[in-house]
Amino acid sequence: MAEIVTLTEAVAELVRDGDSVALEGFTHLIPFAAGHEVLRQGRRELELIRMTPDVLYDQMIGMGVARRLVFSYGGNPGVGSLHRFRDAIEHGWPAPIEIEEHSHAGMANRYLAGAADLPFAVLRGYAGTDLATHTTVRFIECPYTGERLAAVAALVPDVAIVHAQEADHAGNVQLWGIPGVQKEAVLAATRSLVTVEQIVERLEPRPGAVVIPGWVLDAVALAPGGSQPSYSLGITERDNDFYRRWDAISRDRDGFRAWMAEHVLGEVLVR
Amino acid sequence: MSDASADEVQTIVAARALADTKTVFIGVGRPSTAAILARMVHNPSLVLVYESGAIGAKPFHIPLSIGDGELAATADAVVSVPEMFNHWIGPGRIEVAFLSAAQIDRFANLNSTVIGDYDHPVTRLPGAGGAPEIAANCERVIVVIPQSRRTFVERLDFVTTVGYGDGPGARQRLGMRGRGPTAVITDLGVLEPDLSSAQLVLTQLHEGVTVEDARDATGWDLAVAEQLRVTDPPSDTELDALRELLAR
Repeated sequence: MAEIVTLTEAVAELVRDGDSVALEGFTHLIPFAAGHEVLRQGRRELELIRMTPDVLYDQMIGMGVARRLVFSYGGNPGVGSLHRFRDAIEHGWPAPIEIEEHSHAGMANRYLAGAADLPFAVLRGYAGTDLATHTTVRFIECPYTGERLAAVAALVPDVAIVHAQEADHAGNVQLWGIPGVQKEAVLAATRSLVTVEQIVERLEPRPGAVVIPGWVLDAVALAPGGSQPSYSLGITERDNDFYRRWDAISRDRDGFRAWMAEHVLGEVLVR
Repeated sequence: MSDASADEVQTIVAARALADTKTVFIGVGRPSTAAILARMVHNPSLVLVYESGAIGAKPFHIPLSIGDGELAATADAVVSVPEMFNHWIGPGRIEVAFLSAAQIDRFANLNSTVIGDYDHPVTRLPGAGGAPEIAANCERVIVVIPQSRRTFVERLDFVTTVGYGDGPGARQRLGMRGRGPTAVITDLGVLEPDLSSAQLVLTQLHEGVTVEDARDATGWDLAVAEQLRVTDPPSDTELDALRELLAR
C-alpha cells in the first residue's frame, strides 16, 4: 500500500547502497527530482537501469554513484553525446563502470518478463548483430513452430522510481502522454516509488491514461516540477534549451562537478 | 542549378522517397525533418511513427527529441514502449524505417554502438536503441547518412543493425521478415542494393557531384550503375517548404 511521504523519506527508506535501481520515463516524465535526491543522500555502488540514460543518468554516472549500467540507448536525444557517460566508459572517470547493453525491444521485453514474474521473454531480435555476442541473450527454438527466437532474461530491479502527473490521497497514480515502460518497471521491481506533480481529491479519467493502483506501490511523494528538464504532459514543458545547454555544461569534468554542486547537491533543483 | 546546399538536397531527396508510403518509422535528426517535409509537400496522409510510442504524430515543429510533447499531443494513438515493439514493429505493420548511423558498410549493415574496440572504445556512441528490430521487421529500410570515408567503411567496428549481413540470403537465414535496406540517401547521391550480390551500388548523383567525388567518399571499391541518374534539382516548393520548416 502506497504511503504518501516526502521525497526525502521515500528515498531514505527505499533506496540502499548497492541496489539495482530503475528510474524510468521514455523522454517524458523522467524522475529528475528523485534521482537528484538519491545523489544528495549519497547512495553508492548502484546498478543503474534505464532504457535511455539521458541527462539524469549522465549526472548520476558523472557523480560516480554507479558501478554498473544496464541500458539500450545512451545519447542526448537530438543533441549528441552524453559526455559523462562516454567519459566513464572510455576513460573510467570518475570510476570504471560495467555495462550491460540491449536493444530497446530487448529491454522492454525484459521489463515485461519481470512484471509477469516469468524467467524470460521471447522476441524476434538480436539476430546477426554483434550485440548478441556482447550481452546476455540466448536463442531458443519455438516448441510449436521451430522458429529460432531471442530469449531475454527478466529484469527485476530492487527499486523502480517513476514520475506521474497525479495521485489521489490513497496513492492511486495516473499518468498520461507517452507512457514509456513506467508501469512495467514498477510491476517488475521489488520496491517502487512514484513522484507526482500534484495530489488530487479524485483521479479524473483521461484519454489514454495509465492508472497504477496505490496498493501495488510502496510510496508516493509529491515533487512538483520533478520531471524537469523533461516534462509532464499538460503541466510542464520539455526544456529543450536545457538539453542543448547540457552539452557544454557536461563536456568538462570540473565544470560538470561545479554545476552539480551548485544546482543539485545544494538546495536548488534543475529548473 | 538551384542554390540548395548538399544537406538540403539530401533532406529533399529523402522526403521524395516517402511520396507513396503509408507509414514511416523515424528517429530524430535529418530523417525526422525529411518525413515532416514529405507530409507538407508530397504526402499529407503519411503516418509518422516515433519510437516513443506516438503513432500518427503531426508535428508542426521539428521535434528535438522523439518524445517531445507535440508528438504525443498530435498523435492518433500513444502506446507504451513494449506495445510499440511487440505489437507494431515486430509484426511488420510499419512500411518504411528511416534510419541513420555512424558507419555503414557495402552490405548496408550499420554501426551506432562504438568506434574502436567494444571493451576499450575510442568513441562510445549511443548504442542500438530500437534500430536492430526496426530494421529486421519493417517492410523496408531507407538509410539517411552523410557520405564520407568516416561513415562509409570497409569494415564496421560493430554490427549494431543488420542490413544484408554477409551477403545474399543472410536476412532469410536470420529469420528477418522485412526486405532490408532499399535505398541509402546521402549528401552526394543515392545507393541501392544490387539484388544478386546484396551490395550497395551508386545509382544516382545529386547535381554537381561526380562519380569521383562519391568514390573518394567511400571506404570500399564503390560499384556504380551503368545508368546513373541525376537527382532532379529541388523545386521552389520543396526548398521553400524545407526552409520554412527549419525556421519554425
